Amino acid sequence: MTEHSRHDTRLDRFVDSYSQRTNGMRVSAVRALFAVANRPEIVSLAGGMPNIKDLPLPEIAGSIADMITSNGTQVMQYGSGQGEPALREQILDVMALEGITAHADDVVITAGSQQGLDLVTRIFCDPGDVILAESPSYVGALGTFLSYQTEVVHVGSDEDGLDPTALRETVARLKKAGKRIKFLYTIPNFNNPSGKTQPWERRLDILSVCAEEGVLVVEDNPYGLLTLDADPIPAMRSADADVIYLGSFSKTFAPGFRVGWVLAPHAVREKLVLAQESATLCPPVFSQFAISTYLATQDWQGQIEIYRDMYRERRDTMLHALAEEMPDGASWTRPAGGFFVWVTLPEGLDSQAMLPRGVNARVAFVPGGAFYADGQGARNVRLSYCFPPADRIRIGVQRFADVVRRELEVMDTFGIDASPHELRRPTGPGPDLT
Amino acid sequence: MTIIVIAGGLSHERDVSLRSGRRVAQALRDVGREVIEADVNADLVPLLRRTPDAVVVPMLHGGLGEDGAFREVLEVLNVPFVGPTGASSRLTFDKSIATSVVRAAGLAAPKQIALPHDIFRELGAPALMEGIGAQLGYPLMVKPSRSGSALGVTKVDDASGLPAALVAAYAYGSVAVIESYVAGTEIAVTVLDDGSGPVALPPVEIRPESGVYDYESRYTAGQTRFVTPAELSDDALLAARELAVAVHRALGLRHLSRTDMIVEASGRPVFFEGNVAPGMTETSLAPLAFEAAGRELGEVFATLVDLARA
Repeated sequence: MTEHSRHDTRLDRFVDSYSQRTNGMRVSAVRALFAVANRPEIVSLAGGMPNIKDLPLPEIAGSIADMITSNGTQVMQYGSGQGEPALREQILDVMALEGITAHADDVVITAGSQQGLDLVTRIFCDPGDVILAESPSYVGALGTFLSYQTEVVHVGSDEDGLDPTALRETVARLKKAGKRIKFLYTIPNFNNPSGKTQPWERRLDILSVCAEEGVLVVEDNPYGLLTLDADPIPAMRSADADVIYLGSFSKTFAPGFRVGWVLAPHAVREKLVLAQESATLCPPVFSQFAISTYLATQDWQGQIEIYRDMYRERRDTMLHALAEEMPDGASWTRPAGGFFVWVTLPEGLDSQAMLPRGVNARVAFVPGGAFYADGQGARNVRLSYCFPPADRIRIGVQRFADVVRRELEVMDTFGIDASPHELRRPTGPGPDLT
Repeated sequence: MTIIVIAGGLSHERDVSLRSGRRVAQALRDVGREVIEADVNADLVPLLRRTPDAVVVPMLHGGLGEDGAFREVLEVLNVPFVGPTGASSRLTFDKSIATSVVRAAGLAAPKQIALPHDIFRELGAPALMEGIGAQLGYPLMVKPSRSGSALGVTKVDDASGLPAALVAAYAYGSVAVIESYVAGTEIAVTVLDDGSGPVALPPVEIRPESGVYDYESRYTAGQTRFVTPAELSDDALLAARELAVAVHRALGLRHLSRTDMIVEASGRPVFFEGNVAPGMTETSLAPLAFEAAGRELGEVFATLVDLARA
């Protein structure tokens, strides 16, 4: 063997060229542990994937085939940066179900509402700006906010979600400290991850505080139509035309098309379109026409009813299993819709430290720290009931409860009252965390 | 001959394994070999049975892939494979056994205590932890006995940190090892035996930017500086290579292994971990050693595949 002279490498010759916002992007053991979540042996209560098995696939295939035959050269061509006019008109019908009246000119189509969130953050935020978010908040949003080097400040919540009193206090404190607050990000319906829903009066109170304090509201509503016990509560945007509203077809139809939208006041919309054009030229044209065809030719509201029935059974199964299995000291939310239950573990447990034990026990869950930008959430876990069938949910909750019991036993052995909780920085959404 | 690179599995290191497997498979294809990539699942044994000329390259990290179980299955099925046997893998993967074997062979290794969680519960943790501290002194290292990629590993500076470190280790398995801390330069020495006896490749020195060679530092390109051969005296480099070959022999390893060690300020290398399936990802240590030795990844594995088949 011919040995070479001494070689000194960091295995990335561009390591000193990355932007500051990229330097925080690292692999993590937690994300790596999720690599096993898609194995059949594992019951994954981690993923937020919609269950689309009940879609009428043959009918959808037929209508998309017709779309290509009749209009292929248009649906496979570049399109408008703002999105296709016909789809923007149809989106008005979708939003009307939650009390929103608007004009199609103020709708901007995006590659999923995640891109809408990115564009909104891009046009409003400079490094160091503050974004207010619920406690806890969507991990994918936190990842986007942090990628723009903003400071995320969480606002306290109660059983009805974001607390207006805490909001007012937080705004006052931040203003006194000279911080620039750019907007409040909120998920009023079936919050991801808490599952909590803001009642109508609560929404009005939040809007009132924000109006008084001059804080823009960004309302993210991917789950609103997946209400499981009652009619939808009107959106915040229905009461205030200055609210920026993010909508999505990912949960009410299918996520693979990557089509969402932003409804924004005129001046904001202009900037969003320019930002969209610089990011992608135009949102995916084929997907837009496919969804437009679906809305025009299929019973999309009937499909939402089918989804509701499926998710209701799964939600009820999870809540029943939690009541049967979980040890004393644990509590959890009872969502009226959406995909998620937010579990608070007995005092002292650290959900992230428990994750390897979960993998050993063949159950996956998302540690609560992922949903905070400031190190909170160590005692929390997000469980999702959207994807596994009811029998797997029961098994998964049994395994999860065993993991919690075993962790309690180990903590008790070593006389630990509380695990040391380190700051955990969200790094953006993965397929299992959305 | 059909080469089957097996990666994935159900261990905590599945992600790393898949990355290693993809890289080795591509390297073998680059030197003209036909390769099938497979995961560990119910389809695997039927695949092996219907492939009579199969040679397996196990790139499984952690769990069944490294603890010898999977390799023993291959032995039962008479499927040749690259790397150490099932029995030697079982010795090596379990840190509580490997360190004892290495010490028994007269080689330098840290003082170690291996204990299951249950014994703390039955005897009372406070007294036992006090005894451990008195025996080993601080700082010390706490690790799961059967895990890799530094998962569940904690350096404990004083007694107050020991309970949390043990809890972290027991999250990965029922036995934890507690070792005296050895200060010095961390290096990894890959041993290759491609038919003419085990030869230690140039030692790779590990300098994590964060100061700790944890999971992030291991698998985020740019977070760790690797110097090959390590910046040590010629005597220390020679001693490290001799230790790696001695460990390879003491644990009964074959074909390929990697020994992780600390070189003390005096130049004495001290064993702390053996690896029967060294990582082959873009940020792994063994490929750096191959490169420093003037060897190509694909050529090395092609040679080992032929050797396993012979």
